[in-house]
Amino acid sequence: MSPAIRAKGAGKKAFINARLIDPVAQTDGMGGLLIQDDTIAKAGAEVTKDTVPEGFEIIDLGGACLAPGLVDMRAQLREPGFEHQETIETAGKSAAIGGVTTIIALPNTDPVIDDVAGVEFIARRARKVGLAKVFVYGAVSKGIEGKEITEMGLLHQAGAVAFCDGVKTIASARLLRQALSYSTFFDGMIVQHPEEPELSKGASMNSGELATRLGLSGVSPLAEVMQIERDLRLAEMTGGRLHFAHISTGESVEVIRKAKKRGLKVTCDTAPPYFALNENSVSDYRTFAKLSPPLRSEDDRQAIVAGLADGTIDAIASDHNPQDADSKRLPFAQAAAGAVGFETLLPISLELYHNGHMSLLDVITKLTRVPADLVRIKGAGTLAEGTAADLVVFDPDRPWKIDPYQFHSKSKNSPFDGRLTQGRVLRTLIDGREVFTEGS
Amino acid sequence: MSVMGPAADHYPHPHLLGIEGLTPGEITLILDRAQHYAEKNRSADKTSNILAGATVVNLFYENSTRTLTSFELAAKRLGADVINMTVGTSSVKKGETLIDTAMTLNAMNPDALVVRHADSGAVKLLSEKVNCAVLNAGDGRHEHPTQALLDALTIRRHKGRLHRLNVAICGDIAHSRVARSNILLLNTMGSRVRLVAPPTLIPSKIDRMGVEIFHDMEEGLKDCDIVMMLRLQLERMEGSFIPSVREYFHFHGLDRAKLANAKPDALIMHPGPMNRGVEIDSEVADDVERSVIREQVEMGVAVRMAALELLVQNHRKMGGQA
Repeated sequence: MSPAIRAKGAGKKAFINARLIDPVAQTDGMGGLLIQDDTIAKAGAEVTKDTVPEGFEIIDLGGACLAPGLVDMRAQLREPGFEHQETIETAGKSAAIGGVTTIIALPNTDPVIDDVAGVEFIARRARKVGLAKVFVYGAVSKGIEGKEITEMGLLHQAGAVAFCDGVKTIASARLLRQALSYSTFFDGMIVQHPEEPELSKGASMNSGELATRLGLSGVSPLAEVMQIERDLRLAEMTGGRLHFAHISTGESVEVIRKAKKRGLKVTCDTAPPYFALNENSVSDYRTFAKLSPPLRSEDDRQAIVAGLADGTIDAIASDHNPQDADSKRLPFAQAAAGAVGFETLLPISLELYHNGHMSLLDVITKLTRVPADLVRIKGAGTLAEGTAADLVVFDPDRPWKIDPYQFHSKSKNSPFDGRLTQGRVLRTLIDGREVFTEGS
Repeated sequence: MSVMGPAADHYPHPHLLGIEGLTPGEITLILDRAQHYAEKNRSADKTSNILAGATVVNLFYENSTRTLTSFELAAKRLGADVINMTVGTSSVKKGETLIDTAMTLNAMNPDALVVRHADSGAVKLLSEKVNCAVLNAGDGRHEHPTQALLDALTIRRHKGRLHRLNVAICGDIAHSRVARSNILLLNTMGSRVRLVAPPTLIPSKIDRMGVEIFHDMEEGLKDCDIVMMLRLQLERMEGSFIPSVREYFHFHGLDRAKLANAKPDALIMHPGPMNRGVEIDSEVADDVERSVIREQVEMGVAVRMAALELLVQNHRKMGGQA
C-alpha cells in the first residue's frame, strides 16, 4: 500500500485548524493558510473556518503541523550518469513523500555540472518532472578534479546557487582561496566537504576501538577539524562565504563556534545520521552504515546535538546519496559510502524535538528558512504572502517503523532500517499542487 | 585441567568466523579434540573416514601456500572430498562478486567452505549467503581463528596451561589478523597479553582490548613466557610505517640479546612465513630448545581437523541448514 504521487490542480484552497510553523516570523501557533493558484495568499491565526473567503475549498487539518516545504541543501540525484541508482523523477517522488520541496543537488554527476549546459539540463528535467524544485551546485573545479576553477560567474548566472566539488574535499589551498575570493563579487558560497584527504586515505570507518576490533582502517576524526581549521584561515583571508557540509565531530563544532564568535562568514550543516547514530551502527560490517564522513563516537554524536541546539550548526540536510544493492553488498572496505535521506529527513530531525533538545520551530527553521537563506533562494522556506505555496503538512507525533523497501527512492540504502520513529508527512505541496497526499 | 573450567560438551555455532564470541569451554573443546588429532597425526594411522562423503571447498582469495595446504591435508585426513579454488584475481577480473561466487559454490552443496579474503568482514558476509559451515581462514586484518587455536594448542602442550602466562605479541600488529585473534583467545583463557611494536604499527585504541603496550622491545619482553613474533606485512602497508627494514630489525627484530629479557624457558613462536633478518634472527628462529615454529605448523593440521570435524558434524545434525 504505497502512497500515490499525484499532482492536483491548485485553484483556491484554505487549510484551517493547523499548527502553523513559520520560520521567518518565528511563530508556532494555531491558524490557517490560504492558497490562491500557486502562491500563499494569507497565513496566520486569523485564517479560520469563519474567515475563509467565498470560493475556497476548505481543508481541516485537525491540528496537524503546516510548515514551508523542506529545503534540502545537500542531495545527490544521480542523474545524469547514474540513473540505475536514482533519477530526477524517482528522487522527486522520494522528496515529495519526505516533505522536501526544494533540493539543491550536488554536481558530481556524469558529466559533472561544471558548465552552463549542465545547469540548464537539470533545470529543464526538474521542470518536466514537476515534483520537487531542483537547484544545483556548480562544480568549483572543472571535472571536480581539484585543479582549475570553473566558470563560476556564468554558472551562477545560469542558476547554480552555490559551489562545491561534490563529495570531494577541495584539497588545494590555492584553488579554494581563488574560489572563495572570486565568488565574492556575486556573493557566491563555497561548500566544503571537510576531510583532509591524505591523513586517512583508503580508510572506511571512524578510527578507534571498533575499527581496530573489526580490522578496518579508520578515518581519524581529526581529519575533519584540521581541514576546517585550514579553510577558516582562507575564509578570513579572502572574505569569502564558506560553508562546511555534514559536520560530524565535536571538535569541528567547537572550532566553528569560535570562528563564528570572531565574526567569520562561516556556516555549516549536518545530516540526520550524525545526530541520531554513532559508529556502533557499523558493527558486524553493516555497509548501510558506511557513510562519508563516517559515523563517529557517541561523544561526537552528542556534541553534534549540542551544536544544533546552540545554533553553531546552522542547517540540517539529508545528504541523500543513493547507492544500488551491488555497491553495498560488498566487503565493508569495498562498499560505497552513503545513505538515502529524503524520506527519513523529517522524522529523524524531529527526534531532536521529541528528545527535548530543540523546539519544533527551531528544528523546522534549520530544515527550511536557514538553508534557503544560505543558498539565496528567495521565496522558499517561508509562509510569507505572495511566495510560492511550497508546503508540508505533517503529524509530528505519529509513530512508524522505517522500512526502506517502502521508500520511493530507487535505492534503499538507509542506516535507519527498522528504526522506530515519530513524525509522518501527510501532504506535500509544490506551487499549491499536492504532489503527495497521505493514504491516496 | 584449566582454571577456566571444563571443555564444552558441544560446539554450538554454525561457523567458525572468529575467536570473538567463543567461550573458554568451546575453545578447550576444540583444543582437546585437536590434541587427539595431533597424536594421531604422529602415528602410522593418520587417516579416518569420519567425514567420508563430505565436501570441503577451500576458497582462497589471497595466495597462501601453507594455510591452504594445511586445510587440504586436514580435510583429506578426515576422509572428506576437497576442492581448492584459488580465486586470486581471475573471477574478480571477470567481474564476479564475492556473493556471486558464494552462491555458485553453494549451489554445489558443499558441507564446509574454508575462506580466506583480503577484506575484513568478507568471510562473515559470505557466511550469510550460504547454507554450509564456513571457516574463516583469515579475513583482512580482522581474524584468523585457526591460527590462534593452533598457537594455543602449541602453548598448552609446552606450558600445560593457557592461563596466567605473559605473552608478548611483537611486530606488525596493525596489519595482523593473527594478533587480533590471539589477543581475544589469550584474554578469554586468562593470560596477559602485551603488544610490542613501534607506535606506527599499533592500531588506535587497541589498549581497549585489554592489552599492555610497549614500544621498547627489551622492556616488553621482560619476564615473558611466550614471545610471539609477527610477519612484517610490507605488502599491506600504504605509506611509511617503518623507515627501513634495517632500522626495524635493529629496534624490533628478535635476536639473542633482546630475547635474554624474557624468561629462560620462554617459547619463540611465529605464524610464518618468516622474514629472516627482518623480524627474527635465524639464530633464534632455528633454536631447537626455544623455537616451536615448526610445531605450530604441525598443530595447524590438527586444529583444522578438529574444527572441520565439529563444524561438518554440526551441519549434518542441523539437516544441512547451517
